[in-house]
Amino acid sequence: MLLNIKNLHVSIDGKEIIKGLNFSVNEGEVHAIMGPNGTGKSTLAAAITGREGYEITQGEIIYKDQVINNWSPDKRANEGVFLSFQYPIEIPGVSMTNFMRTAINAKREYLGKTPISAKEFLKKMEANKKLVQIQSKLTNRSVNEGFSGGEKKKNEIFQMAMLEPKLAILDETDSGLDIDALRIVANGVNQLKSEENAFVVITHYQRLLDYIVPDFVHVMYDGRIVKSGGKKLALELEEKGYEWIKEQFEA
Amino acid sequence: MSGLKNSLKHNLVKENVAMEKEEKRIYSPSEEKFIRHFSDNFDEISRHDFPEAKQMRQQAMETFRQSGFPDKTFERWRNTDPKGIFPKNMEIFDGEVPYEKKLSEIFVCEVHDFESRIISVLNGSYYQAGEEKITIDKNGVIVGSLAKAMQKYPQLVKKHLGRIMPQQDGFKNINTALAVDGVFIYVPDNIKVENTFQIINILNKPNLAVNIRNLVILGKNSHLQLLHCDDSVNRHGGLINKVNEVFLDENAELELYKLQNLNDKTTLLNQTAIDQSANSRLKINAFSLNGGMIRNEIFDLMNGENAWSDIHGLYLMDQKQHIDNQVNVFHNKPRCTSNQLFKGILDNEASGVFNGYIYVKRYAQQTNAFQKNSNILLTKTARIDTMPHLEIYADDVQCSHGASVGQLDEEAMFYLMQRGIPFTDARMLIMYAFTDVIIKEISIEPLRISIEDMVKRRLRGDLSICDRCVLHCSHPDQPVIFDIDMNKI
Repeated sequence: MLLNIKNLHVSIDGKEIIKGLNFSVNEGEVHAIMGPNGTGKSTLAAAITGREGYEITQGEIIYKDQVINNWSPDKRANEGVFLSFQYPIEIPGVSMTNFMRTAINAKREYLGKTPISAKEFLKKMEANKKLVQIQSKLTNRSVNEGFSGGEKKKNEIFQMAMLEPKLAILDETDSGLDIDALRIVANGVNQLKSEENAFVVITHYQRLLDYIVPDFVHVMYDGRIVKSGGKKLALELEEKGYEWIKEQFEA
Repeated sequence: MSGLKNSLKHNLVKENVAMEKEEKRIYSPSEEKFIRHFSDNFDEISRHDFPEAKQMRQQAMETFRQSGFPDKTFERWRNTDPKGIFPKNMEIFDGEVPYEKKLSEIFVCEVHDFESRIISVLNGSYYQAGEEKITIDKNGVIVGSLAKAMQKYPQLVKKHLGRIMPQQDGFKNINTALAVDGVFIYVPDNIKVENTFQIINILNKPNLAVNIRNLVILGKNSHLQLLHCDDSVNRHGGLINKVNEVFLDENAELELYKLQNLNDKTTLLNQTAIDQSANSRLKINAFSLNGGMIRNEIFDLMNGENAWSDIHGLYLMDQKQHIDNQVNVFHNKPRCTSNQLFKGILDNEASGVFNGYIYVKRYAQQTNAFQKNSNILLTKTARIDTMPHLEIYADDVQCSHGASVGQLDEEAMFYLMQRGIPFTDARMLIMYAFTDVIIKEISIEPLRISIEDMVKRRLRGDLSICDRCVLHCSHPDQPVIFDIDMNKI
C-alpha cells in the first residue's frame, strides 16, 4: 500500500477540521475526493504534504510503510509526494528554470545522486513543456509571476512531470480552467499515470473526471469520508448534488 | 482670549530659555574635541585653501559652535542615535598619508573581466604614488586629490564646492570645517568615459575619525560610471564622515554604485548631494552589506526640466548593525521623474531606518515621483522604522509611496519545500529573489555578477569574515549551492 491514513484528526488553530478520516491508496490507482466546500478536502492535502499549522492531533499517515506524521514537507516531497496547488504561489525573482533545477537537484541529493547535467535537464524541460503545451521560454520567467490562471495550473502539471512523484495530489486543478486547458492538464496526467504511481484528485465537479477517469470516488463531509464507490458515484453526485449526503448525515 | 495670551507668553518664555541654553551651551566631549582640533590646527587644515574655502571652514565651525552635533530630539535623527558613533579614544585625523607601499599590499580588489580605474583614499587622504596626485587625460578628464585640485584648478573647484548641500547638520558642518582631502573628478562636455571609475575608501588604523570631501563634476552630454566602495581591512573601529557633491550638467548621465562593507565597529556617515540640470540622468544603486552604523543621506536636487533619477538601495544587516537611509528628492522644475526603491533584510537585532522625502515645488508641474521601501525582518528583535514624507505644492503630479515590512512569506516557503527544496535553501532562494530587483539593474555585467555573488554570500553569512576589498570575496566561478548558472544551461 502506498498511502494508508488511519483515524486522522487535524486541527488548525485548535479547531478540528478532519475528524477521524480513513483513506488508503495503492500504486496504479486514481482516487477522486469530492464533497461540498469546507469539508476538509484541502486540509487533507495539506496534512499529507506536511504544511505548518496543520496539527495532527490523532491518527497516522503511513506512506510507503512509514509513519510520516512528523516529516518535514521537503522530506515528503523528496520521497515522492507531490501537491498540485489550488492557488499556485507567485515567487518574483526566482526563475522557473532555477527553481526546477534546484528542486530536482535537492531530490537527487536526498537520494544520494549527483546533480543533473545541464544537457539532461534541458532535455527534460523541453519534453515536459511539450507535454502540457507551454510555449513560452521559462528561463526568464519568474515562478508563476504574470501567469494566467490556466498557465499556473499547467505549470503545476509541468512541475509534476519534472519531479516524477509516486503520489500526486491534485487540489482543485480544474478550478478556473477552460475546457481546452482542462483537456491539456488531464492529458498530461494521463500520460504520467503508471503502475508505479498514484493520483488523488480533489474536485467539486464531475467534469474533470470525464478526462481523468478515477478507479475510486470518495465523498468527504464534515472532516470524514462518508461514502466511497466507483466512478459512477461521481455521476450520481453530479446529478443529485450534495444535499442528499448532507441530509443523510445531519439527520 | 486669556488662553491665547497665556500660550503666547508661554512661547516667549520658552524662547528665552532656548536662548539662554544656547549661550551657555555645554559641549559634549566629542564636540569639544572637534572644536579644539579646529582651533589648534587651523593653519594646517586650511593649508591648501583658496580664501573662499578658508571662509567656508570658519563659517561652518561657527555654526557648529552654536548647534553642535544633532541628537535624538532632531526629527531626522529620531531613530538613529548619533551618540554612540564616536570611536573610543578617537583620533581626528586630517594629515597626509605618505605613500609607503603598493595599494595591492593593503587590499586587493578583483572582479573578473572588470576593468576599472582605481582611485584610493586611505585614512581620509588621497593615496597615490608620486607627487602629482592629480592627472588630466588627453580628453580633458581630470582625476585626483581634491586638495590638489584646489591649488591647480581653483576656479573649477570654487564654482562648485559647498554650493548645493541643502541641509546643514553638525556632521556636515564638521566636514566642511575639517575635511582636507578627497576625490576630485571632472568630466568635460561631450565626453563619455569608457572605463568605470572606482573609488576605494579604507581606514587601516584604529579609532580614526576622518572627514572626506568628494567633488564630481560632469559636463554637458557626458557620461560616467562610478563605483564607490567603502571597505574595512581590519577590525578597528572608526568614523568616516563623508560629503559628496555631484554636479550633472545638461543631458549628463551618471551611474553611481555604492558598495559598503565595513566592520561592526565602524560608522559611515555618507551625505551625497546631486545637482541635476535639464535632461540629466542619475542612477544610484547603494548596496550596504555590513557596517556598525551606516547612514546614507541623499539629496537629489532636480534643478532642470526633464531630469530623471533612479535612486535604489539594498541593505542586508545582522547582529547589532544599523542602517539609515535618508533620501530627499527635490522636484524644483517641471517634468522631472524620480524613483526611490529601497529594499532590506534585517536579521538578529539589526535595525534600520528609511526616510524618503519628496518635495514638489509649486511650478514643478507634470512631476512623476515614486517611492517604495520593502523590508523582511528575519527575527522578532530586528527592527525597521520606515516613513514617507511628501510635500507637494504643484497640482499636476503623479506621486506614489509605499512601505512594507514582513516576515518571510510562509506560503512561498511551503511551495518551495513542497517541491523538495530544504528549509535553508528555500529561505535563501526567497531572500535572494527579494534582492534580485535591485541587483539586476547593475548595467556593468562583471560587476553585477560579482555583487550578485556577494549578496548570496552575505545571505549565507559568509561575507562578514571577508577581510579584504569586498569584491575580492566574490567567487563567481564557485557558485553558491542553490544557484543555477544560466550560462551553463
